[in-house]
Amino acid sequence: MGTAAVDVPMKGGFSFDHCRRNAMLSDKGLKPPSFLKTGTTIVGLIFQDGVILGADTRATEGPIVADKNCEKIHYMAPNIYCCGAGTAADTEAVTDTVSSQLQLHRYHTSRESRVVTALSLLKSHLFSYQGHVSAALVLGGVDVTGPHLHTIYPHGSTDTLPFATMGSGSLAAMAVFESKYREGLARDEGIKLVTEAICSGIFNDLGSGSNVDVCVITKGQTEYLRNLQTPNPRTYVNERGYSFSKKTEVLSTKITPLKELVEVIEGGDAMEE
Amino acid sequence: MLDRAARSTKPGPVTFGILLKLDLESPPSQHSPKTALRFAYSSLSSSSKFQQSPPMSIFEYNGSAVIAMVGKNCFAIASDRRLGVQLQTIATDFQKIYRVHDKLFIGLSGLATDAQTLYQRLVFRHKLYELREERNMKPETFASLVSALLYEKRFGPYFCQPVIAGLGDENKPFICTMDSIGAKELAKDFVVSGTASESLYGACEAMFKPDMEPEELFETISQALLSSVDRDCLSGWGGHVYVVTPTEVTERILKGRMD
Repeated sequence: MGTAAVDVPMKGGFSFDHCRRNAMLSDKGLKPPSFLKTGTTIVGLIFQDGVILGADTRATEGPIVADKNCEKIHYMAPNIYCCGAGTAADTEAVTDTVSSQLQLHRYHTSRESRVVTALSLLKSHLFSYQGHVSAALVLGGVDVTGPHLHTIYPHGSTDTLPFATMGSGSLAAMAVFESKYREGLARDEGIKLVTEAICSGIFNDLGSGSNVDVCVITKGQTEYLRNLQTPNPRTYVNERGYSFSKKTEVLSTKITPLKELVEVIEGGDAMEE
Repeated sequence: MLDRAARSTKPGPVTFGILLKLDLESPPSQHSPKTALRFAYSSLSSSSKFQQSPPMSIFEYNGSAVIAMVGKNCFAIASDRRLGVQLQTIATDFQKIYRVHDKLFIGLSGLATDAQTLYQRLVFRHKLYELREERNMKPETFASLVSALLYEKRFGPYFCQPVIAGLGDENKPFICTMDSIGAKELAKDFVVSGTASESLYGACEAMFKPDMEPEELFETISQALLSSVDRDCLSGWGGHVYVVTPTEVTERILKGRMD
């Protein structure tokens, strides 16, 4: 066992404490747990003044839709955003850690973050875990060297492309891009193409669904268009709501009144020394 | 005319009938009602608890159902009360919802031993925070703490799925759930977890409406919990419901089926 008597809060990195126990349990025939995945369609393209990223908003756990409107376009830096597919916890954690590393780097250098910096940090993290951190990413941003778009695979390999798709709906989305993408798209055309690609994922891939999120990054400006399109609204809501004819049987009730918190205002003279 | 032609090409009730019949005649091992039956027999006859034909998920070992809902300036969090070892019931007054402070609660479903350990670590971290900051933790902060503790064990996780509910700044309700490695799922309406989660999703989807007052919220969450739990063998034996408003916490124990 470790030398510390209590678990010290300030420490980083993964902890492998439970691995032996959990391996024992799975040897005994217990199924390992399933995690929240984002069976996803995420895309990105370069247009005449920058980069457009797009994502659907469905999160799944096995065949169950766990979240109908989640956010898959993650903040990395004011001029860089990143779409995530794969295990939800991994995409969230990897983008959050790199985004804080970028922030510290900006404090240190007083310069805008570059997309390649984010790319190197992400790929070296993913490569060092040999694909066990299962995050598939589309990274896009505009920096001093111009617009950039990259895809990053869970094992740490990367591509640099003018248009990219990832996730379970990548084929459906790529079909749209391959037939309609051209160089030097205008902003409106770009947003329309991205939306169309995401919609093709939403409607043709079961792992993707709900709404379309888009993020447009241009030189000096970022626009996050959350739920730009909602092609799947709820149509089965009862106007009068749901009423219950019989009340639930309550065995016991305990009511605890909460006290108002008193705010201490510092006043008067300071205490003599 | 055109409409009728279109309709006739679709499979009618006859086709459906044949499909259904085929469904029943195919091998029983692939279908849930019969698999469930076999499950019950095998766990009674075999000496080892783990030797079962379909691999059991570790989340199903103790059985649980946890749910949280948002109302108007209030929230409710509820759980079932059963603690079991597979199909054998050990306790019927088991606590799955824990109070962090007056306006912040966490429900832990999944493996009970991990839930209790995780809760102890959370209490420890929350107390350190209180000592350092001299204030209560905001629900959003607490959710990030839980998420960080879970993701630390990414490759050897705690087998539990937390549900967090609290009142934040200006008594704004906050609810959230996570998977066992800390992927946060923030919701505006309701969150569920546990072995009865599938039926809970359905019940909540039908019963929930926005901006409910505390009394109506209590009735809705209770009905959703009890009806879902009745379709799950591994959870049940009544419910534990907390309704939290800015001025008071009401804790009720529900009567439920005892089978």
